[in-house]
Amino acid sequence: MTGMFFRAQEISKSFPGVKANDRVDFEMATGEIHALFGENGSGKSTLVKTIYGLAQPDEGRMWLRGEDYMPRSPQQARAKGVTMVFQHFSLFDAMSVAENIALGMDQPPPRARLSEMIANTGERYGLPLSPDSRVGDLSVGERQRVEIIRCLLQDPDLLIMDEPTSVLTPQEVDTLFATLRQLVAEGTAILYISHKLEEIRELCDRATILRGGRVVAKCDPKEKSARELAELMVGRSFSAPARAASATEGELLLEASGLSLPPVSVFGTGLTGVSFSVRAGEVLGIAGVAGNGQEELAAALSGESRASGSLRLDGVELQGKGINERRRLGLSAAPEERLGHSAAPDMSLTENAYLTAAVRMRLSPGGIVDWSAARSFAESVMHSFDVRAAGPFSAARALSGGNLQKFVIGREILQTPRALVVNQPTWGVDAAAASVIRQALLDMAEDGAAIVVISQDLDELIEISSTIAVLNGGRLSEQLRVENVTRDELGLLMGGAKGLREVADAAA
Amino acid sequence: MDFGAINPLTLIATMIVAAMPVLFAAIGELVVEKSGVLNLGVEGLMIIGAVSGFIVAVESGSAVTGLFASVFAGAALALIFGILTQFFHSNQVATGLALTLFGLGLSALLGQSYAGIKPPSFPYPDFGPLADLPVLGLLLFRYDALVYFSAVLVVAVWWFLGYSRAGLALRAVGENHDAAHSLGYKVVRTRILAILFGGACGGLGGAYIALIRVPQWTDGVTAGAGWIALALVVFSSWRPFRVVLGACLFGGVTLLQLNFQAVGIEINAAYLSMAPYLVTILALVAISGSGRRAALDAPDSLGKPFRASA
Amino acid sequence: MLRLEPRLEASRTWAALTPVMAVAATMVAGAVMFALLGKDPLVAIRTIFWAPLFDPALAAYARPQILVKAAPLILIAIGLSLGFRANIWNIGAEGQYVMGAVAGGGAALAFYPLDAWWLFPFMLFCGLLGGLLWGLIPAFLKVTFRANEILVSLMLVYVAEQYLASVALGLLRNPDGAGFPGSRNLQTYESAHNAELIAGTGIHLGVVTAALAVVMVYALLRMHRTGFEIKLSGQSPRAARFAGVNQAVLTYFCLGTGGAFAGLAGIFELSGPSGQLSIDFNVGYGFTAIIVAFLGRLHPFGIVFAGLLMALTYIGGEMAQFMLNLPSAAIQAFQGMLLFFLLSMEFLTRYRIRIRRLERN
Repeated sequence: MTGMFFRAQEISKSFPGVKANDRVDFEMATGEIHALFGENGSGKSTLVKTIYGLAQPDEGRMWLRGEDYMPRSPQQARAKGVTMVFQHFSLFDAMSVAENIALGMDQPPPRARLSEMIANTGERYGLPLSPDSRVGDLSVGERQRVEIIRCLLQDPDLLIMDEPTSVLTPQEVDTLFATLRQLVAEGTAILYISHKLEEIRELCDRATILRGGRVVAKCDPKEKSARELAELMVGRSFSAPARAASATEGELLLEASGLSLPPVSVFGTGLTGVSFSVRAGEVLGIAGVAGNGQEELAAALSGESRASGSLRLDGVELQGKGINERRRLGLSAAPEERLGHSAAPDMSLTENAYLTAAVRMRLSPGGIVDWSAARSFAESVMHSFDVRAAGPFSAARALSGGNLQKFVIGREILQTPRALVVNQPTWGVDAAAASVIRQALLDMAEDGAAIVVISQDLDELIEISSTIAVLNGGRLSEQLRVENVTRDELGLLMGGAKGLREVADAAA
Repeated sequence: MDFGAINPLTLIATMIVAAMPVLFAAIGELVVEKSGVLNLGVEGLMIIGAVSGFIVAVESGSAVTGLFASVFAGAALALIFGILTQFFHSNQVATGLALTLFGLGLSALLGQSYAGIKPPSFPYPDFGPLADLPVLGLLLFRYDALVYFSAVLVVAVWWFLGYSRAGLALRAVGENHDAAHSLGYKVVRTRILAILFGGACGGLGGAYIALIRVPQWTDGVTAGAGWIALALVVFSSWRPFRVVLGACLFGGVTLLQLNFQAVGIEINAAYLSMAPYLVTILALVAISGSGRRAALDAPDSLGKPFRASA
Repeated sequence: MLRLEPRLEASRTWAALTPVMAVAATMVAGAVMFALLGKDPLVAIRTIFWAPLFDPALAAYARPQILVKAAPLILIAIGLSLGFRANIWNIGAEGQYVMGAVAGGGAALAFYPLDAWWLFPFMLFCGLLGGLLWGLIPAFLKVTFRANEILVSLMLVYVAEQYLASVALGLLRNPDGAGFPGSRNLQTYESAHNAELIAGTGIHLGVVTAALAVVMVYALLRMHRTGFEIKLSGQSPRAARFAGVNQAVLTYFCLGTGGAFAGLAGIFELSGPSGQLSIDFNVGYGFTAIIVAFLGRLHPFGIVFAGLLMALTYIGGEMAQFMLNLPSAAIQAFQGMLLFFLLSMEFLTRYRIRIRRLERN
């Protein structure tokens, strides 16, 4: 096979019940940034794991520099010049930067020499890092630097990046892109996995689009609009959720002032003086880069952790009240992690319905659980939100991400709370389910509930929020009307600017 | 009260000998836990090591051969634990308990005709005139060979974990097995090897009791030392040299109990026998209660099952 | 080649079958072990599993004995199973059993030779309280200092055993015992004697209590919020916190119940089959109950079967010891093997084995 730097032919891989890759073909030239995109579950991850030696295909062949290429392990892939930056970082919190980097190299040099190399490479690509700091103490952006430097130190010919920008501010994304362009100019090929269409249009030369494990299109992303790309990815056209033209906002419902929480774990983030207010009918979007206190804020609002400060629902102080007491008063929550937090994986949907609905739906009067009432409630959630499952007896684990998310959000909505806090409501959910969920949240607001949506997806927040605030390092920015703020301003706030004035100064 | 009968130097020397069994078992378990596995079967490993070491020593007439047998037996029993937890994903807590129950039963079965026999004695290295030095001679040069070996072992484990490439990989596996897997490290293989090492050390610790410290075979001769070794690992915040410190403290308490009896201090013998266990509980409370620092040192994946996602 | 595939949902069929398969595998492995010990394996297996139930000469003695042995095992295991389901590992039931016996027996002996109707219930109450308090120590240390309950509860077994030794030789020693260690025999102290309810059947109040405990725990797990909370905390602790489960309360509840049941088992045993507080009063029921709980797959009715089976191996083991000169420790190793086989087969409920051909290019 000539010409192409890398080529994959008819790669197939099956898991129980799914064909993750179905005769996938694609190729890359040297010095090319090639986008691989598709929805969650379209087979992107399986394909790149195959290229990086973490999975072996059932069928198919690959060539690198014209030679047969079929790595049995990441070590073999690295020996051939293929490296990878993971979406969920492959880092070790309790270890130093140098140790983390050494772990990713096959022949790491002695410690002193390694530190020197880290410093040199960091300087060359604008990625400064101190080799002796503990990784757990670094910010998310800095952690990604560790991953990237680990790859760069091995002089890769092919660099795979799996959703690298999901944890970065727009400004950090610009820095990353500059680094990637420099690498490409030096002859490295980059395989760039993402589902963010604007980014792909900006950065990539060619794109391969996966849907349901198959290649459905190849194109030059710069020649397509984001909408066209989206339709290629999803396979049909879809509409943005409808917001009532004149959403009327009523009286003040949910008000937080000065919520503070010390960090739970050694490497965790705390909350410092978080204040906001949400009126009936209002959707407050809370933006921010992952790891800036989103989970902590969600837990402080739901009542899972005890924060100091004040939280009022319709004038009633909620501080000092536990999670079920808050539910009774009308504040519900849906956490980020579906399996193991919002839902117990091995329990049935009936049991999972009972999990949060016990209080508001009065499912266990006097401590005795009314399982038939719980089952009817689960059935009504499944019916109202079109949850596809064998029945209310199915284990939560057996549902797809989108169906389970519809179930756990629907479970809260059908209890008609006065205020709802959701964290990452559409993370890892297919486009159809995501649009159902966003619409349901908007409908709920229209019916007079106060909604807080914590999300790392800025587009989602701009789409559904009426007001927006940014969480950075456990502090919440001022709350802005969504129509009065631009993406760039939000990006600067996400990067740590203190308020709009500073944003304005930066712009000047 | 008369302390005249207790020579402080002899006391320290005996304390070190008393510390040996738990020291061996704990240093092995420390490596196992650093790789992210919680093996609660240390007591079972020790007693199997004790009985097999004892039998082989008696039959072969060589205590050293017995020691090798105990290392092998401990590792073999630990392998069962490794296969069940790493390949069959059985619950680590339950499997560790099973290991102990099985070990206690099997050892009683194997050892029933060996009760009351005196095992061959264990070699003491001859340091010549050094052993006759005032103070230092007693303190440093009159131990059995295993005491010196334990010092080598502790330093080796410390170096391995802190400074070797393989040790770094082992800690990485214990810290975050998913990340280690995605970098290409063999999580299951690493853990099996760590479990085997832990088993060998546990077996050695048990043999030390039956062949050197007691030395004879009785049912349940390890008397909970394995559990104390487990507590010591937590107590030491997973650091080899602190294990030594903890083991000596424990040895000291055991010894004081014996010495108090020897000089006739009027405390009910039963209450004195409780002391090591109560002290262990107190140490656990003190360490766990101090929170943060211990949390920093604990391997993050400890006790969590690993399943490679494809 | 053989491939393991995870199941999306645990198989109920396999969940019920694995204990049976584990018993079968243990019989095979046990037979090998007995053969190595120079005994006829078939005769040994037959003596252990069949003779106590059906041998005309032995069954009359053995059947009631099985109930007598099974009752404390089931009572303790049922209490432990609550904790095990919630990921709270009380392995110090042996100590709680001892402390129940010491507290209850001490209470009864304090009033010797009083003849009063309330003495027996008072003794049972004290036994329950003794086990309960002993079980609450690890709970308190876990909740307050996050001390590992496995290690604390186990250390307390050794403490309890030493305490038993000290009272058997001191405080509670029989003043009319000619200096022999051990307390007065409660079987000869009528107000405190837990006699058979129906003579010759082995059924004493402890057997009835064990049965009641099984039903109560079944109802708790099936119908009560606490049962749901226990299962939820064991399966996903974060989801439990999200459901509003108070982990501290649950820890006290599980360790307390385990302790109370073990304490009751202790005092029933002391005032009935055993009779006397002595150094060797405890024979490892607290540890064997751990096997019983797992063998019963932590299910109340499963535990009943497991307890009866384990009691059968005890009685059968005794008979084998007596008739075939099989060492008593053999039965302990046998029980340990049973637990191993059970744990190793449990993966069948979570995985399916697929046979597929290797791909060849």
